[in-house]
Amino acid sequence: MREAMARSETTVRSGIAAGAKPMIQLINVNKWFGALHVLRDVNLTVAERERVVVCGPSGSGKSTMIRCINRLESHQEGQIIVDGIELTDDLKNIDAIRREVGMVFQSFNLFPHLTILENCTLAPIWVRKMPKREAEALAMEYLTRVRIPEQAQKYPGQLSGGQQQRVAIARALCMRPKIMLFDEPTSALDPEMIKEVLDVMVELAESGMTMVVVTHEMGFARTVADRVVFMDRGEVVEVGPPGEFFANPKSERLKTFLSQILGH
Amino acid sequence: MTPPPAHTTTAEAIAAADDRVRRPPAMSVGPVGWLRANLFSSWLNTAVTLVLAYLVVSWTLGLISWGVINAIWEVPGSGAQVDTSACRAARGEGACWALIGEKYRFILFGLYPFEEQWRPALVVAIFVALYVVSAMRRFWNRWLGLIWLVALAAIGVLMWGGVFGLRFVEQERWGGLPITLILSTFGIAFAFPLSILVALGRRQTSMPAVRALCVVYIELIRGVPLISLLFMASVMFPLFLPEGMNIDKLLRAQVAIILFAAAYLAEVVRGGLQALPKGQYEAADALGLSYWQKTGFIVLPQALRMVIPPLVNTFIGMFKDTSLVLIIGIFDLLNTAKTSIIEPAWQGFGVEAYLFVAAIYFVFCFAMSKYSQDLESEFNRHRRR
Repeated sequence: MREAMARSETTVRSGIAAGAKPMIQLINVNKWFGALHVLRDVNLTVAERERVVVCGPSGSGKSTMIRCINRLESHQEGQIIVDGIELTDDLKNIDAIRREVGMVFQSFNLFPHLTILENCTLAPIWVRKMPKREAEALAMEYLTRVRIPEQAQKYPGQLSGGQQQRVAIARALCMRPKIMLFDEPTSALDPEMIKEVLDVMVELAESGMTMVVVTHEMGFARTVADRVVFMDRGEVVEVGPPGEFFANPKSERLKTFLSQILGH
Repeated sequence: MTPPPAHTTTAEAIAAADDRVRRPPAMSVGPVGWLRANLFSSWLNTAVTLVLAYLVVSWTLGLISWGVINAIWEVPGSGAQVDTSACRAARGEGACWALIGEKYRFILFGLYPFEEQWRPALVVAIFVALYVVSAMRRFWNRWLGLIWLVALAAIGVLMWGGVFGLRFVEQERWGGLPITLILSTFGIAFAFPLSILVALGRRQTSMPAVRALCVVYIELIRGVPLISLLFMASVMFPLFLPEGMNIDKLLRAQVAIILFAAAYLAEVVRGGLQALPKGQYEAADALGLSYWQKTGFIVLPQALRMVIPPLVNTFIGMFKDTSLVLIIGIFDLLNTAKTSIIEPAWQGFGVEAYLFVAAIYFVFCFAMSKYSQDLESEFNRHRRR
């Protein structure tokens, strides 16, 4: 798999120009589940067209953090600013941000009672108020990009896991989001299906999408990410470009984590 | 080269690909195999099968002899001069279907003026047509609501009259099958949407007042018997109305039935809402769907189809529960049947009268049950691989 990704390394890592417009800003974000402190003073800025991979042991708060970005979870302290809009309890702001932020889940979460095409056109038609024909053309365009246009009339239950996850990516893209969030997109997949999903994600990265990806796929992080974030126990422990991140980890915690995840 | 034959199932394809595949022994498949496995697998099983077969056959023969061969189909005279001695002579041996021939108009339409009974008959036909149209998914669009409104208006006009040259018939004279159908159909038609709102309300964590209201409503209504609600509607409720104001007794019973059924249905619907994986809500949220879009397109279509069996269970229960209105003096189908055997000449023929209405109840309830099964398999198509 690593070889497959190496081909795109040179084209993908275009580098982010200094002073690029920030798309996502997390400033001193804190969150508790009951008494459990799950995000501790998290600070992170993601620039436009930047690709950030977040990794860390399970329970480190990485999923919670990206779920805060589109308000599937609410934070209790600090500021989250997405595309210039601050996330508060104001429903109008939440809706505005969700329209611009696409999300792909670990368990796909396709709507099982709708066909693949309907899964992709529902939000554009009702949220973007796009005419049905236009939405269907757009959906077919994205389904072609994720290489499953022939499945459009099937139901999610008739597809393999890898195909479902690619549909989930197409569904999110049909909203023409400015930012894409991936919450462990390959963790629920059989090994032979991981590659087909990662390939689609690499292509998406090449197209210049702003991406935040929570994943354990270190090969993907190495070749695609502009920066890699390591989280542990609710804190951002280390951030850096992948070369430095993997070659010279500074903290003990990251060293342990990398030895565990790359050791076998 | 001939193209390979199309095989409908994997098993056939495998069998065709490999000639050495052995067929299962003839005694273990087909009807013979089924009989051996299920009815005659052991001595005890065989004995039970034979005893039950004997009982089924003898009871069936007895029923045919009572209901058909020895039954009395007609008696001389009619009205007050009817002579039912033939029926009395045959009691125990043969059914007195003459009762149904004499009384079916009363059982079906109660005290509705005899010469005007084509009107309630037409109402029953409208109801049946309404069920058929509503059952067809082709009509599941905005027109269905309009069809229901038109049907409701037509039913009101036909039953009451007073317009278009129809004689006015006061509500006290309505009775029989139209009453049962009105109470149950509009009971379900209003209780179901109400129950969905209540179920959604009970899950509103962000609106504690709405939530508390829904919980109180469900627990209060579920906690009392339907009969007591009907009594309240018929006796207590008018006391709270201003002097001279009167609301139709049937309408009051109808409202009581709607409120009662909605409380039960709300819990069924809530079961469906809870069974839906959290990821479905999150995916809808992440796409930016509004609360009502999410509820209408994602949550309810999935939640409701999961609870079709308990929903229809409650609908069928409701259909039969409408018979409790006899307690407040409304002549529904069961009450007219009960009243039809009050005359001395017909006293004691309750079995025939009740069998007749039971058959009518069964037809409607069985149709509901059958339809729900079809709907279920139709809806669950997407789960097939």
